[in-house]
Amino acid sequence: MQITVDSDRCVGAGQCVLAAPAVFDQDEDGVVSLLTEHPAADQHTAVRLASSLCPSRSITVTVQQD
Amino acid sequence: MKSAEPSVVDFPLRRPGEAFPPPRYQDYRTREGLVVCHLPNGNRAWLVTRHEDVRAVLTNKKISSNPDYPGFPNISDTMGVPRQEQIPGWFVGLDSPEHDRFRKALIPEFTVRRVRELRPAIERTVDAQIDAMLAAGKTAGNTADLVADFALPVPSLVISTLLGVPPVDRDFFESRTRTLIAIRASTDQQRNEATKELLRYINRLVEIKVKWPGDDLISRLLATGTLAAQELPGVLMLLLIAGHETTANNIGLGVMTLLQNPQWIGDDRVVEETLRFHSVADLVSLRVAVEDVEISGQLVKAGEGIIPLVAAANHDADAFACPYQFDPARTERQHVAFGYGVHQCLGQNLVRVEMEIAYRRLFERIPDLELAVPVEELPFKYDGVLCGLHELPVRWSQRPSGAQQEEH
Ligand code: SF4
Repeated sequence: MQITVDSDRCVGAGQCVLAAPAVFDQDEDGVVSLLTEHPAADQHTAVRLASSLCPSRSITVTVQQD
Repeated sequence: MKSAEPSVVDFPLRRPGEAFPPPRYQDYRTREGLVVCHLPNGNRAWLVTRHEDVRAVLTNKKISSNPDYPGFPNISDTMGVPRQEQIPGWFVGLDSPEHDRFRKALIPEFTVRRVRELRPAIERTVDAQIDAMLAAGKTAGNTADLVADFALPVPSLVISTLLGVPPVDRDFFESRTRTLIAIRASTDQQRNEATKELLRYINRLVEIKVKWPGDDLISRLLATGTLAAQELPGVLMLLLIAGHETTANNIGLGVMTLLQNPQWIGDDRVVEETLRFHSVADLVSLRVAVEDVEISGQLVKAGEGIIPLVAAANHDADAFACPYQFDPARTERQHVAFGYGVHQCLGQNLVRVEMEIAYRRLFERIPDLELAVPVEELPFKYDGVLCGLHELPVRWSQRPSGAQQEEH
């Protein structure tokens, strides 16, 4: 799983931080920052939740097929 | 794309005593496309009721939040809420990119981390309010109105602490706010007067913070310089109003629901479920199309009003299993109780924490809290923009447990 965030679109709602605190953080300005681009498998559900909750659709999740 | 005339319904639908959300929302969701409604002022607007469609509307750049566009679906004369041109900094009616400068300036005050830092202060506030309620209850036969004595003062105290309102001014500040938001108990004229007085007060407070900055939101906003001092009154009024009655209604309805479903007392998941289940801000997100757009296969023309119904979206069975059941254990969390898109509630994390602490402390300290009247007799508030309870009469019998009373 690969995550990208679009910090320009981020509106700082913090939904990602609440849903997946191991993967997302907010910087001083409240803008999303990514702690890891490739989260461990046990984080995948939380990351998908974060991406679906994000009100500005700033979080994109891509999954490579092996 | 559908452009044939659908049937027209009247709106708003809510009537005192009627179940909420109105059963007709369910019917609207199953109809193809959107539903057209007639507003009290004779205008027409599109009602959006499906979860997916509401999220699509609230993230569509061709759809505006600006009430000055012709066709904007005003439900009433905005309940005394001022417009952008009347109060600079009233940014909820702005679209991007104008809106974003305000939002960005405020975000640092409401991040998950900042709100976590506010926890101890919120806990103290909640406890002090419970103390006051219990003390007053002694002379009133251990009864209280949980709305007036708890649900309203808590967010009021929290927001005034955050804004840096000096303790000596609290009474003034809170009494005017109370008038402003007490839709039933105050007249239009009283509310207008209260708005003016509050604005005057806020202007003076900003002047003071310019000269003597403190450790508060106003001083920090001034220090960053992103917003002009003249814009602050609108911004602060907005924080004040938005942070107040919405939270109060959520706490009031939440306590009522917990008293009816005591098996969930002590479970923090009730916060998210109360938000979804009661969807107090059903009518808050009004919009107007600025270009032709297609929503759910329906052509919406530029200049047509759009009303995304938050409560309808939050009770859509395609998004939430058994949506009319209060079920804090549900796993679906994508409710739109705080709206969606760039205008999604800025203070949502603060509201969550206030609700969580309020429920936890209330039931820890007054474990035998109960309704003093049957649920059917509770005065529900469906006549304003927000839904909630006008009053929540409660009582308790045992001597309450808590820090001050512990002496086993
Ligand atoms: S949920 Fe979206 S908008 Fe909110 S902080 Fe995270 S990335 Fe930004």
